[in-house]
Amino acid sequence: MAQEFRLILKHLDQPGYTPDLECYLRHGGYEVLKKAVSLAPVSSSDGRTITGQDKIRQEVKLSGLRGRGGAGFPCGVKWGFIDHKSGKPIYLIGNADESEPGTFKDRQIIHKDPHQLLEGMILAGYANQVQLAYIYIRGEFMEGARLLNRALAEARSNHFLGKNILGSGYDLEIYVHRGAGAYICGEETGLIESLEGKRAYPRIKPPYFPAVLGLYQCPTIVNNVETLCAVKHVMAMGGAEYAKLGSPNDPGTRIVCVSGQVKNPGYFEIEIGKVTLGELINDLAGGLREKRKLKAVIPGGSSAKVLKAGEKFKLKHRQADGKEVVREVDLLDLPYDAESLAAAGSMCGSGAVVVLDDSADVVEVLANISEFYAHESCGQCTPCREGSLWMSKILQRLNSGRGRPQDASELVRIAGQISGGKTICAFGEACAWPVESFVAKFKNDFEAKGAAAEPEEPEPLKP
Amino acid sequence: MSVVTNHSTTAVPVVKTLSVSVNGRWLAVPQTTAHPLTGQPVATTMIQACEIAGVTVPHYCYHAKLAVAGNCRMCLVEFGTPALGPDRKPILNPDGTPQIRKSPRPAIACATPVSPGMEIYTNTPAVEAMRRGVLEFLLLNHPLDCPICDQAGECKLQEYSVEYGQAASRSVDEKVHKPKQVDLGPRIVLDDERCILCSRCIRFTRDLAGDDALGIVQRGSHSTLTHYPGRPFDHNYTLNTVDICPVGALTSKDFRFQMRVWFLQETKSVCTSCATGCNLLIGSRENKIYRYVPRQNDRVNSCWMCDSGRLNYKWIGRSDRLTQCQVRDAQGQMQLRTWPEAIQEAAGRLKQAAPGSIAFIASARQTNEELFLIRHLARKLGAMADSAPRTGEGDAWLVNADKNPNRLGAAIMFGLDRSALPVTSDTAPAAVGSADMLVGPGVQLARSGQECPRSIMGAAAERIGAKLPKIAEGIGRGEIRTLVVLGEDATKHLGAALLGRLENLIISDILPNATTPRAHVLLPGCAHAEKRGSFTNAQGRVQKFLKAVEPPGQARPESEFLVELVRAVTGEQFPQTVEGLFNRMAKETVAFQGITWAGLGDLGQGIAVEVLKT
Repeated sequence: MAQEFRLILKHLDQPGYTPDLECYLRHGGYEVLKKAVSLAPVSSSDGRTITGQDKIRQEVKLSGLRGRGGAGFPCGVKWGFIDHKSGKPIYLIGNADESEPGTFKDRQIIHKDPHQLLEGMILAGYANQVQLAYIYIRGEFMEGARLLNRALAEARSNHFLGKNILGSGYDLEIYVHRGAGAYICGEETGLIESLEGKRAYPRIKPPYFPAVLGLYQCPTIVNNVETLCAVKHVMAMGGAEYAKLGSPNDPGTRIVCVSGQVKNPGYFEIEIGKVTLGELINDLAGGLREKRKLKAVIPGGSSAKVLKAGEKFKLKHRQADGKEVVREVDLLDLPYDAESLAAAGSMCGSGAVVVLDDSADVVEVLANISEFYAHESCGQCTPCREGSLWMSKILQRLNSGRGRPQDASELVRIAGQISGGKTICAFGEACAWPVESFVAKFKNDFEAKGAAAEPEEPEPLKP
Repeated sequence: MSVVTNHSTTAVPVVKTLSVSVNGRWLAVPQTTAHPLTGQPVATTMIQACEIAGVTVPHYCYHAKLAVAGNCRMCLVEFGTPALGPDRKPILNPDGTPQIRKSPRPAIACATPVSPGMEIYTNTPAVEAMRRGVLEFLLLNHPLDCPICDQAGECKLQEYSVEYGQAASRSVDEKVHKPKQVDLGPRIVLDDERCILCSRCIRFTRDLAGDDALGIVQRGSHSTLTHYPGRPFDHNYTLNTVDICPVGALTSKDFRFQMRVWFLQETKSVCTSCATGCNLLIGSRENKIYRYVPRQNDRVNSCWMCDSGRLNYKWIGRSDRLTQCQVRDAQGQMQLRTWPEAIQEAAGRLKQAAPGSIAFIASARQTNEELFLIRHLARKLGAMADSAPRTGEGDAWLVNADKNPNRLGAAIMFGLDRSALPVTSDTAPAAVGSADMLVGPGVQLARSGQECPRSIMGAAAERIGAKLPKIAEGIGRGEIRTLVVLGEDATKHLGAALLGRLENLIISDILPNATTPRAHVLLPGCAHAEKRGSFTNAQGRVQKFLKAVEPPGQARPESEFLVELVRAVTGEQFPQTVEGLFNRMAKETVAFQGITWAGLGDLGQGIAVEVLKT
């Protein structure tokens, strides 16, 4: 029976745990920050001075912590891109625009333990010499924004924030910025544009990598809420200890949101790679409803490629003696970590597992997903702008009984014209991958809907 | 006497290059190029490298004079870079060439910087498939109303459809509908269904015109271009957005539905609305002008021109144009005459006039060659000659406060060319007042586009018309009794009462004005679009313009009949072609030395000018 491994979520669901500073302090809050800001500079073996800030960055790099927002980019590497000598201010942005369908983990932290996020942010800010940081929170999180602002005020009046934090001489201010309700604001460069007061059009990369030309054209770090919280735990445990958790290439814990047709949907913090998809669904989320069979799992948010029940995957596994063996595993035996899911052709993404049982109509499911992406495409670049709505229209038509036999292959063709690095940001892939994977894996369902339909109009005359 | 032509006043920076290949052909490209807005050196992009290689990469949103947006995705190309080993050194093939690692993802050529050893592929099947994909998406919700679209014939959607389009749409679903015939402002109509959201117009008006007036509302496929609510899109450069719109979304109210563009004959010309001299193309058909569009000249107007200059062409086709030679008879009645009769009449009156009793006022809207002939005639007759200033509002960009297209040319001919003894002429120098600006030997060059110091423009504006009070005085005192006026309303400069005291008033003009009814001899002239010639713009650039349409009635180019008039008065024969006349003028005017008609090319040439600080 798989168990949760609660690090970030350790306290927040305990009875009597409240989101105020006093409760956070009672549970050891801001102790990590106190320790971190008092780290004395040490001399390294090669004679260089390693400051406390350097030390934090080294620990985060050592921990191997990957971003929890969706792309899974190593946090320490991301921080390493920042040029501290550019003479420009360095900005830190906490990405709380949690908008990938199926994802509801950051909301728990913000609502129930906002100071944990603040502590993580202050640590990250201190490590990267940030003087000004923002929490970009999605517009729908009105209560979250209120709670964060209250927590910020508490932190300020207790010298965890503001001028001369805890007597260290370090100054940091954090502001909460509410979005106006757009999925694309979670894309880091779209977020930066939005924060600058513009339409959230993602920027072209090159040249606008946030680490170089981010907010106001200054070096900028954008980290997910959960990632920032994990930073606190990395510092609490030490990078090497943290790296021992989880799987070697995807260390630590992460919060997985299980939703869909399970008995006990919810969020579960697991040690990465130590829990399989089957355990997530059956042990933690209570399994499927009675008399239902699994049909498919979307393992990393709605943009992740769908995995079909009964699929077998080949995983490379390194044995104790160092030998690499290939192991075939069933979908439900797939460990939940970045590498295993990549090997299965999908991704952990934002940690949102959506479970579909055999009562689900996959065409309807995909139509729903595609409608979302057509609605959320920012419209900046051509393939995503036009392709996402086209796919959605075809799927709506299939669902309403006006499909054509060729619609399935048309969907795949259109998706192929969007994905593969043809768009400005990863939204192109986000809207194309579900279509590509659903149609490929459930071709019969799509073709059946297409064939069942009566042709609405006679074929046009051939010239 | 020679003009020092110092071409190397500024050191040419050494251009560092790097080697890239485009479709297998290696070439050296500069590492950096100037940013279109800031002029700062920025990394050369793939699309620029391809351009140097002579390979056109299809594109919609990219425009060389605008900030890069990278949104249309038409310029996606494949590329590879030298593979690096663990030692960060290139891995070599057995034959010693670096191994190229092809990028798994395509890149937009407009924004991706080139790097040493990069290989760019613009014609692979994958690249062509991507272009077909983008074009299909762009046309998916497009109304396909080419038959009634003004852009038809110069539309990038049509152009690329030839190579990457398909005969039929694969979509059976309802198209997205958006606003049609949106009145953006006094000169622009927008069709949002035709818009491909490339954002060229937005970037132009925000970054270059300095008015962040356009933007996109809604999201995804419903994205809609619009203007700031409640405020018309009405600055003086709005029509440039019509030019750079790659499709038929933005149309000019003036031109829409007037003429299919493929019927338009394009004539290289120059705007006459101010002293800037923006280069333009006149679009005409069957002797009627339909539009002006800017013609790229990076030394003058880049790709742009102002709306007021662009729309200032309708007067050319006015029905009240002067079209007949007329001579006042003994009874005071105007009689129609043929050209030889009219020239004879004018020459006779000039020859009979006593020396010193003649004055010339020739507009600074006349060409260099015409003003040269007037100057020659004035000197021969010992007459005063001047132009009239014409000023209005200017702006910080293209609109000059001086509204004379040939202000500097007139200044050179009539006032400021103090030392401009005609090089080969035996004529004594005309008396001129002290000049702030001197054109002559030993000069600081404005050639090759280096702009003249601003003070020249100021000086020239002051100097033109300086002799007008003297002329008025002379008429008042009865000393000047013959006045020749070219293209000016003399009542505005001298007063109507004074004109009544003249014995001879010889006038050439295009349109009737308060002076023309008082003429003794009236010669119908030409608009610039009806003749060839050259102007010298405010920065000292001599630019030629060509003939687009025939003049109405008897109207003739002034240079033609002035040659006849000079011959009739002095017996001298000047060249009868504009080329010959220009070259003669250049030879006899120090400021134009070394310049030939042929050498002007399409983009003109800077003259030698110097500011004398006295």
